Amino acid sequence: MLAYIFRRFVYAIPILIGVNILTFILFFMVNTPDQMARVHLGDKHVTQDAIDNWKVQRGYDKPLFINAQQDATNMFTDTIFFEKSIKLLAFDFGKSDEGRNIMSDIKERMWPSLAVQIPTFVIGLLVNICFALLIVMFRASLFEITALTACVAMLSISSVFYIIGGQFFFAKLWNLVPISGYLSGMEAISFLILPIIIGVISGVGSGTRLYRTIFIEEASRDYMRTARAKGVSELSILFKHLLPNGMIPILTSVVVVIPTLFMGSLLIESFFGIPGLGSYTLDAIQAQDFAVVRCMVFLGACLYIVGLLLTDISYTLVDPRVKLS
Amino acid sequence: MTNIQPQAPLLTVRNLKIDAGNTCLVKNVSFDIYPKEIFALVGESGSGKSLTSLSIMRLLPEALTVSEGEINFKETKLFNLPETKMNSIRGRKIAMIFQEPQTSLNPVQSIGTQLQEVLGLHQNIKGADLQNKLVQLLEEVGIPDPRARLKWYPHQLSGGQKQRVMIAMALACEPDLLIADEPTTALDVTIQRQILELLDNLRKTRNLGVLLITHDMGVVSEMADRVAVMQYGEILEQTDCKSFFINPQHEYSKKLINSLPDIHNFIQGIDADTILKVNDLKVWFPKKHGILQRTVGHTKAVDGVSFTIKRGKTLAIVGESGSGKTTAGKAILRLNPVHSGSIQFQGDELVGLSHQAFHHYRRDIQVIFQDPFSSMNPRMTIREIIEEGMKSLKVEPDAQAREDKMLMLLSRVGMLPEHLDRYPHEFSGGQRQRIAIARALAVDPKLIICDEPTSALDVSIRGQVLDLLNDLQQEIGITLLFITHDLSIIPHLAHDVAVMKDGKIVEQGRTQQIMENPQHEYTQALLKAVPRLRRA
Amino acid sequence: MISPVVLWSDILIFSLAVSVGLFIFQVRKKPQAKARWRSVFESKIGLTSFIIIVFYVLISLMDSVHFREQLSQFEADGPDQNLAYSSEVKSILDIALKNLNSTTETTYSSPFSLYSFSKENMTNDDGSVYRDFIRLKHGGAHIQGDEERFSDILIKSVQALLIGLLIAAIPVMLHVMMRKKSNHEEDYIPWNVAYGTIITLISLATWVIILSQYYHILGTDKVGQDVLYQSIKSIRTGVLIGTLATLVTLPFAIILGISAGYFKGWIDDTVQFIYTTLSSIPGILLIAASVLLIDVYIETNPEKFNLTILRSDFKFIALCAILGLTSWTTLCRMLRAETLKVSQLDYVQAAHAFGVSHRGVIGKHILPNVTHIILIAVVLDFSAFVLAEAVLSYIGVGVDPNMYSWGNMINAARSELSRDPTVWWSVTSAFILMFTLVLAANLFSDEVRNAFDPRTAKGNE
Repeated sequence: MLAYIFRRFVYAIPILIGVNILTFILFFMVNTPDQMARVHLGDKHVTQDAIDNWKVQRGYDKPLFINAQQDATNMFTDTIFFEKSIKLLAFDFGKSDEGRNIMSDIKERMWPSLAVQIPTFVIGLLVNICFALLIVMFRASLFEITALTACVAMLSISSVFYIIGGQFFFAKLWNLVPISGYLSGMEAISFLILPIIIGVISGVGSGTRLYRTIFIEEASRDYMRTARAKGVSELSILFKHLLPNGMIPILTSVVVVIPTLFMGSLLIESFFGIPGLGSYTLDAIQAQDFAVVRCMVFLGACLYIVGLLLTDISYTLVDPRVKLS
Repeated sequence: MTNIQPQAPLLTVRNLKIDAGNTCLVKNVSFDIYPKEIFALVGESGSGKSLTSLSIMRLLPEALTVSEGEINFKETKLFNLPETKMNSIRGRKIAMIFQEPQTSLNPVQSIGTQLQEVLGLHQNIKGADLQNKLVQLLEEVGIPDPRARLKWYPHQLSGGQKQRVMIAMALACEPDLLIADEPTTALDVTIQRQILELLDNLRKTRNLGVLLITHDMGVVSEMADRVAVMQYGEILEQTDCKSFFINPQHEYSKKLINSLPDIHNFIQGIDADTILKVNDLKVWFPKKHGILQRTVGHTKAVDGVSFTIKRGKTLAIVGESGSGKTTAGKAILRLNPVHSGSIQFQGDELVGLSHQAFHHYRRDIQVIFQDPFSSMNPRMTIREIIEEGMKSLKVEPDAQAREDKMLMLLSRVGMLPEHLDRYPHEFSGGQRQRIAIARALAVDPKLIICDEPTSALDVSIRGQVLDLLNDLQQEIGITLLFITHDLSIIPHLAHDVAVMKDGKIVEQGRTQQIMENPQHEYTQALLKAVPRLRRA
Repeated sequence: MISPVVLWSDILIFSLAVSVGLFIFQVRKKPQAKARWRSVFESKIGLTSFIIIVFYVLISLMDSVHFREQLSQFEADGPDQNLAYSSEVKSILDIALKNLNSTTETTYSSPFSLYSFSKENMTNDDGSVYRDFIRLKHGGAHIQGDEERFSDILIKSVQALLIGLLIAAIPVMLHVMMRKKSNHEEDYIPWNVAYGTIITLISLATWVIILSQYYHILGTDKVGQDVLYQSIKSIRTGVLIGTLATLVTLPFAIILGISAGYFKGWIDDTVQFIYTTLSSIPGILLIAASVLLIDVYIETNPEKFNLTILRSDFKFIALCAILGLTSWTTLCRMLRAETLKVSQLDYVQAAHAFGVSHRGVIGKHILPNVTHIILIAVVLDFSAFVLAEAVLSYIGVGVDPNMYSWGNMINAARSELSRDPTVWWSVTSAFILMFTLVLAANLFSDEVRNAFDPRTAKGNE
């Protein structure tokens, strides 16, 4: 088990390096720092001095790979590639183009993100599984047709509309909750209710449908017939055989997203003004702050890899057939 | 065999009719089962025998309905019971075991939990008593070290052991009737023998009525007290076992009985020159381990096998699942990599040849696969399927010549010219296997490797396909390497036989010599396990 | 005189339409594929959603023939002079919607309204300034006032619907007659449902066209532009982003997925490495980063994009490419898994035994037997991309702000919704049009899945 985890971490290294090289190519080679500076400084008639100055402030003035002016190891370390890319591997995120410390920003803004994301995830999972079980229980009935139609309709609506609609009805029309904003501590709850509800609702359509397919597939297996032949009642078949077996593919499919919950939701956070990592990322995109975007890309990749690892581990925990080796 | 005393039947089935929408699948089925007897319901795929058994348990798939008839268990009318009452009959009074032990157990529950579930539903035992009862049940069905095995999961058990657990589960609440739906079809012959013996013992010790559903006349002949033959959803004939085999009434029953090959009638081999010589063939698959996934050992699927095949003759390689017989065949075809050893075809060494160099020999060595449903691309017409090899091996460059040859081959294997433009799914298993034979013959091979070509077919079809292969050999002198697990077909077919176990050949020689005077204990066990017909 | 303007996206969408046509032609020859498609169209939902999708596609094809009009004042200058063309690029659809585009108001007005949405400063005859709702220039200009409005709308609606029915009746009647004549082929399609859908769509379209001559039936936006016009023009963006981005995913997913599953070994390792790396990057960030880079490219090379539309078209195609490049991994993974399975099957082994080349095995045995996965993914991806456009445009990394798109409309709607009273019609129109398209695509993909997925397919082989 430990050897397996260690091996997976070893495998993760080339992937992280791959991510790094890809982002490096995207951010520094497709467009030169000069071009970035021009875009940032906005005005079309910027002087070369201003550009150079902008580059020096942010450390973009160094050569890409090899610094011929330095000697020995500094030849490689005093370069953009080393400073901006290699250092990410050690989780040294450096400063944003605005000059703020990215790591401390992340530490501060991850909590509001988690406050929205974790309840949304847990409640959403429960709601979807319940709906899916209900649909499976009333198979081949009018209820099933109605529920499935509703699911297709719900997953055909863009999440943007859920947010707009939710804000309009709950907050503006009926004044139940504040439209947007955030406070720390317990007062945050009133600001969190609506984003969580909307997060859950916007996922119901696709989630329920997916889980129903999984349950239906499980329900057609031979051991379900064995259970019936044993004289087990339909209700306990549902909870004792169908649910535990169906939970394996469900759990293992959702585990991969758990670490990425940390990254926050771009849409929900920006619509509701929640100062989490999602809106942080969005602000960076809109302000064209490449340093932050680069860090978030790297962070996301790390979390995804952790998610893959957790998926494998969760398999061994819930499925006795799987042994890691 | 037990004598049946006249007593009240356990189960009576009267005029059963099962429909799927407007199609009638089972009709007019009536029979009785008495305590302590084994009643065999015999039929081929699609005869409705399994549906009949499921309807007794009221476990028919939702799309099917019982439209007529009644089933009584002792005094109880099963079709009138509410679902909750029915649940107290299932597992307690009537129990059932299924064909596929591999998938019939819940994979994520330990076998102890699954056994416990039945007991918990129907009996009130707790604590140490419960544990003892579980252990005793597993002991009774012959699971070694039962106390430890209770915590095991199904995947840790072998197929035969899983079926034993299924039987233990079925017998846990001491039911009066056991329905066994093809209980041994998915198992190897030696395991089949053990399970059948277990069933036979249990019904004696437990006074159990058994409804045995099977397609295997050998099994029927050894196990059953009474027999009913089903075809197209109807019972053709119903009688006691002895008179059934002595004097079958119905044409179809005769056909089924005759489908069992006569194992005392051998074809005689005359010596001929060697066409294929396999020497110390090893097919090993690497096992990877550790952080760097180094190869730390090998799974030795085929481990030093040597045999020769004579031109125009048939060599049968016999073995149970996992013996490496299929792997060896595929290695000759270069569908599996060879680890070491030598394969000489007409004196030419094949091992170590480059991809291109081997291409030359492809037209000489051909193959027929076990499963006729997966051996043909469902999206190609029969014409495209047969033509493919001729084109790629450049057998008949001329399109008209190809066409003529395909028509000739089709008629030779008993198919019609218009079948050329149909798709595989339009044909039955036996027809597909004929097409597969035609496909192999199309490139004029000298050697055909037949990998269990009949085991996926219904018994009444098997004989026809085997006869076709025999005739072809006599006509065009083709050499066959016949891979099979079924010893009973060998005398009729093979001149020589090699018995494989765990990747090695344990015994080989003339078929008659091996069948009549087996030396190795495994061969002896194998021969003993084959269910036989008690001929009059 | 007009000067045709050919955008890259126009070329792509038309060549795509042609290849779809060729595909259909091919399918007609394969009896199995034909039977499966037949079962898609035998279902009422499948047929209805297909017709709706075709309706959207036709609108976007009409909107993909672009030209520039000649500026009239130069016309007299003689033929050998360099003609000057308007910098405004129009499409055939614009001709059909001419009235909509030209009838701009000054600011917001609600659907069917005669007056502006908010009070404006106005000068009285006597020079005094007062605040009131101004009468719209175009919306309902033909009637006296609010009291006439309702009856006018009613009468016009009835007229429009009657005309629509008449127009729709022509193709339907023609088709009915054709079917009566050629009665030899077995009829399996629920034609009545098809007729119903077509009649509804045509009547609705006629109603919209006629009523929009007199009213802004979906209101106007901040700068007084007709919202209906924007919503219809956005159809092309939605349909194109769905189809083109899906098109980009295909070669990557198919080539890499099948080679990984078929050749195994180092090729498999490499492909797995590529798609794990790519899918480990949060998709939206990768898209955002790439779009930002495209922006930088456009801004630093302004000379290459002399027309606004060329610029937005370049960005649009780049966006489709980026969306496609970041979304092929799921399909690739599925194809790899399926190829691994299929290449173990006996018929592939038999082909090897016959010495069929790798190309032959992949082309004849593997590809035809994984097509159903590709097909299901294509239809599902389409709706996913249409939805993605809205989110991306909202974030600011979507299509060019100068381009009409539902995403841009929704983006604008954020400030409209916070006004009091709320301006709701922009977002509602975008919602309705988008929802219809995505719902139709999702329903269609369900039917395709039912027909093609071996686990659910009724007629198995």
